Amino acid sequence: MSMMKIPETVPDDIIEDLFVPELVRESRSEEASTPSSSPWKDAFRRLRASKGVVLSAILILIMASIAIVGPAMSKYSYDEQNLAHSNLPPKIPGLQWLGFDGKDRQDTDVYQQRNVDTAYWFGTDEFGRDLWTRVWKGMQISLFIALIAALLDLFIGVLYGGLSAYYGGRVDSAMERIIEILMGIPSLIVIVLFAIILEPGILSITLAMIITGWVGMARIVRGQILKLKVQEFVLAARTLGVSNSRIIWKHLLPNAMGPIVVNVMFDLPTAIFFEAFLSFIGLGLQAPLASLGVLINDGFKQMRMFPYKLVIPAVMISLILICFNLLADGLRDALDPKTKK
Amino acid sequence: MNRPILAVDNLEVSFHTQSGIVDAVRGVSFSLQKGETLAIVGESGSGKSVTAKSILGLLPKQIASKRAGKIIYEGKNILEFSLRKMQALRGAEISMVFQDPMTSLNPTMTIGKQLMEGLYRHRKVSKAKAAQKAVEMLQMVGIPNAEERVNTYPHQFSGGMRQRVVIAMALACDPKILIADEPTTALDVTIQAQIMDLMRNLQKKTGTAIILITHDLGVVAKMAQKVAVMYAGEIVETGPVEDIFYRPMHPYTRGLLQSMPRLDAPRDEPLIPIPGFPPDLSHPQRGCPFAPRCAHVMKVCNAFFPLPKETHNGHMAKCWLLDERANHRDRLVRECREVSDHG
Repeated sequence: MSMMKIPETVPDDIIEDLFVPELVRESRSEEASTPSSSPWKDAFRRLRASKGVVLSAILILIMASIAIVGPAMSKYSYDEQNLAHSNLPPKIPGLQWLGFDGKDRQDTDVYQQRNVDTAYWFGTDEFGRDLWTRVWKGMQISLFIALIAALLDLFIGVLYGGLSAYYGGRVDSAMERIIEILMGIPSLIVIVLFAIILEPGILSITLAMIITGWVGMARIVRGQILKLKVQEFVLAARTLGVSNSRIIWKHLLPNAMGPIVVNVMFDLPTAIFFEAFLSFIGLGLQAPLASLGVLINDGFKQMRMFPYKLVIPAVMISLILICFNLLADGLRDALDPKTKK
Repeated sequence: MNRPILAVDNLEVSFHTQSGIVDAVRGVSFSLQKGETLAIVGESGSGKSVTAKSILGLLPKQIASKRAGKIIYEGKNILEFSLRKMQALRGAEISMVFQDPMTSLNPTMTIGKQLMEGLYRHRKVSKAKAAQKAVEMLQMVGIPNAEERVNTYPHQFSGGMRQRVVIAMALACDPKILIADEPTTALDVTIQAQIMDLMRNLQKKTGTAIILITHDLGVVAKMAQKVAVMYAGEIVETGPVEDIFYRPMHPYTRGLLQSMPRLDAPRDEPLIPIPGFPPDLSHPQRGCPFAPRCAHVMKVCNAFFPLPKETHNGHMAKCWLLDERANHRDRLVRECREVSDHG
């Protein structure tokens, strides 16, 4: 029901016919004054109102979709070498004015000079591999790592923290000690160990994350559940004979969802950066596989001669990290209106 | 008299706390007939809520270390029930309403879903049936426009309406016993009266027995047939409501009645509180726990625990003054009469 708008001035000429008894409609007096609005709907409304969130959500969607279809848009695969086409600067027909003109630092058109007629959108590396394909392959890896981080947080972290707090007592103490041990091991050591046993690559990064990636989330969920489980509505549910699993799933977790979502969102950029960092120092993915960290490492060695090799993957990783952080920040404000400035 | 629906026999509950073992409930016995209302009164920390919670098995096992005695529900000692059996009992047979309606509803679930929870659990009904019953329950507790209201969330309800919802939730599966733990303390006075009226009417309709835990004697007079007065973890006096109000036998009961503000007293007359504090239950002392605060204290009170003395029709009190050997017993009886004459 919308608020009736009151005109600022009452007209002088209200006719007397209006001053007669009105029919009393019982249904009207019992109308619910406000339509049902769930806490989630409210949060989503607040989220949509933030420009930064909308913009970064759109950018993430665009980057994710190009990461999926991008590699197929080029006729070269990410590891296909062509030494005749090595070190070509980026060239996108129609976007020459943006710098994608296929000219090197001496302003000579390398494509013309070497008689190459295919346009490499992001250029090529020293083996003549198509950087467009490689950059988006790298973006795929980054997003995959982000997905793994989110799944680990949601499944292991939430479950572990939730069970630990809900059952409490000795169970909680034992589970907490395990977490403390895991937190005490630097993740770099774990990854080096895995890289030695297996070989450096996506598998060892994933395994290292399985061991340590969910610990922060488990702690946050534990804190939330400890706070929630003593509240009266949980006691009320227990007096109604509701089972433990239903209390956890229907009463505790929905109320802890705000911090959980926010924490997942903040963990995604951290995980992406972790992978890029490992690949950059050579502990992560190995050539010819492409990840943004590998590409930045390759690019930074030839930064002076071929700056595009560094700039493009660096811009991409900065963009995705900023977008995820902005989104997480917006989500935090939307889900917890109390902390809003 | 027919067999009581619930009989609590010599219930004892102790808590392990950092300051030692606290005997919160020390040998409480009472019984409840079908459709009857029993009020448990007493000041904070007297063990009222602990008694209620142990009936439902809601006390955490790690903390509530010692339990003794029996709680007989329909012939079975539910104190020995497993968690699974207890969960089947909760909500379906014995249900509970809590003090603060602001916190006893889940803020992320619609009213309807919370009403349906017990039904799913205990009655194994279809979704449509449960939804229909939820609407009926809301109508029964007097919430207008129930069809739309089932889809709203608790924050859209006022305090009084939430307490109605909480009562509806507790009664959804037609329990035989409803435990109301200070159901009106968090509400303002006009709403209190409405909620009490509602509970009385619902009791007439459904025949549920009610255990009403309160420290509001006005509410007791209006609702209950039987009263149990608790002090320091035990029932010091119990009996029919008229006896408790007009012929109190225990000095503590008398103190409670005296400390109630009354409308007919002169405005400048101060309230008469019971001096002192309730005893520390982690260091139980010898003798009667009320002795340090009692105006009629005798030597025997500090030495021995008073035995229960029962007069006619189930009126019982634990006080040495009721013993034939107490010499100023008559004075007490006279003073008690004076109190009740005022009321």
